[in-house]
Amino acid sequence: MSLFNRYWRVALGVVVIAALIIAPMYLNRYGLFILSQWAVMTIAAMGLNLTLGYAGQVSLAQGAFVGIGAYTAALMTTNGLPLIAGLGVAILLCFAIGWILGYPALRVQHHYLAFVTLAFSTLAFLVFRNESWLTNGIYGISNIPRPTILGYPTNRPLPFYYVCLGSLALVSLATWWLIRSPWGRAFVALRENPVRALSLGIDTRRYTLMAFAIGSALGGVAGTLYAPLTQYIDPVPFNLSLSLDLLLMVIVGGSGFFFGPFLGAMIAVLLPEWIREVTQGYYLMLYAVAVILLLIYSPTGILGIIDRYLTERRTKAASALRAVAKSGLEPAP
Amino acid sequence: MSNLLDLLIAGLATGAIYAIVAVGFTLLWQTSQTINFAQGEFVMLPAFLMLAAMHVGAPFWLAIVIGMLLSMLLLGLGFKMLLVDPMLRHGVLPLAIATMALAIGIKEAVKQFFSAEASPFPSIVPSGDISILGRQVALQSVGVLALAIAAVVGLTMLLNRTSIGHQMQATAQNPTVARIIGIPVERMILLTFLINAFLVALASLLITPIYLAKFSSGEVLGQAAFIAAIVGGFNQVRGAIAGGLLIGVVDNLAAAYVSTQYRAAVPMILLILIILLRPQGLLGRAEERTV
Repeated sequence: MSLFNRYWRVALGVVVIAALIIAPMYLNRYGLFILSQWAVMTIAAMGLNLTLGYAGQVSLAQGAFVGIGAYTAALMTTNGLPLIAGLGVAILLCFAIGWILGYPALRVQHHYLAFVTLAFSTLAFLVFRNESWLTNGIYGISNIPRPTILGYPTNRPLPFYYVCLGSLALVSLATWWLIRSPWGRAFVALRENPVRALSLGIDTRRYTLMAFAIGSALGGVAGTLYAPLTQYIDPVPFNLSLSLDLLLMVIVGGSGFFFGPFLGAMIAVLLPEWIREVTQGYYLMLYAVAVILLLIYSPTGILGIIDRYLTERRTKAASALRAVAKSGLEPAP
Repeated sequence: MSNLLDLLIAGLATGAIYAIVAVGFTLLWQTSQTINFAQGEFVMLPAFLMLAAMHVGAPFWLAIVIGMLLSMLLLGLGFKMLLVDPMLRHGVLPLAIATMALAIGIKEAVKQFFSAEASPFPSIVPSGDISILGRQVALQSVGVLALAIAAVVGLTMLLNRTSIGHQMQATAQNPTVARIIGIPVERMILLTFLINAFLVALASLLITPIYLAKFSSGEVLGQAAFIAAIVGGFNQVRGAIAGGLLIGVVDNLAAAYVSTQYRAAVPMILLILIILLRPQGLLGRAEERTV
């Protein structure tokens, strides 16, 4: 059974990856933009999933880190530096700020932590908007160049989509490795029971800060891709609602599941566009209703439904096995 | 100095409205662990319900009554039965996310079915100035302040002086024991949702003449009430009142003395400081941490 499941899963993975590579060739400019945006938002949501889903620390500041990453990349590339340098600086910057933002988490938890990070998010937005000498204020930064990779320019939408997809693949592999490493296990221990984790000798203090820093750094990575994707940034996309959106992606996809952010970003980025195609004006309203219904049906998100189904089947299979074993033990009449 | 007095009165007037909204917010949290991210939209909606009632020909007073009743039906009963009840047992976070989605839904519904433009809204307080201590003060500020204070005093009396209020407090403090001693816990929780709906409708009636009726006006309001609730103390009604007044005054003073650009930052910094130095809020009790 499990062998079949594994083949089935690998096949599904191959089909999805092939579709992500081949299908965009037949999409128009706008479709490519939306799909690239999906890849970028998935990266940011994966970062938040590490902080929230695995380490259990609520953050409403992920959108601010996407903003910090985007502004870093935009400022550096418009001044002639390569995007890869911007990426490096953005990662370091977001890692450091995320580390500092983690300190309140050592003192307060749950909804209080959500409010501290919410306040940080608003402050970051005010800085983007008001510090015109750096960010050009409400006028924003335009003409952000797209990178040239291995001598191959990615100015057209399709090559840049592959840049986003490739980055998503790299980040996915790194995250996959991280959550299977001792660090990832320590994060889960921190989420499940901080006191027990501490008594088992896990430095909960360091891992809490680390969970924030790494999650924030991934937000920065998403930002460095966002800037060349839109080629123009202003403060508006990085306000509080982006942080709320990212949180929604993580919860709706399935918080603490590896593939949760992929599905969550799909719901938050692709679903409204798809509904817009079908119904003209009401798409955000229908989207809100869809999210509410989904959460009422399964508060653990989409992957929660699948998880529940698999667990049920496993329990049934196990009890069937037990029944067989039991009947074998009974003496023949 | 005279300028300062004007700022204080204006600050107290908006602060009193924040306080009403914040009180509703803390009531929901206390009785049913609901962090309502749509609270701002809850304030925005009743004004449109009243406008709609006036549009079909109701006089202003009747429109107010209809708006209040509809808001208690939709934002009180409907909100509790359709959203909170099915989700409550699954923890705080999914419910909070669902209220965020609800906020988007309400905003978009108003934008689609009413208007994307700001609409003027009649004031229940006559315009003009009155003189207090020899100074001209806008009648609207004073009227708003008086009505808000009346609402807050009424609510405090209800909570502290009546049997129903005591039953509500018992429900908030310990639902299990409350149920054992025979308090109809379910009915008390429903009552807090209705009170919240009434409070947001009242806030809507008071604040909309000042800021106009617009689908997006809930964002700022919700956030201000939010901060007020935390600064004052998340689990105390009087904390929320103090927090609301404080945020209103601080916001107005910051706009005048700090800079209009960073006006919004001052309450936020206050929020961060309060959470880090005194997480239970200025007047709140410390919540016991469950391991």
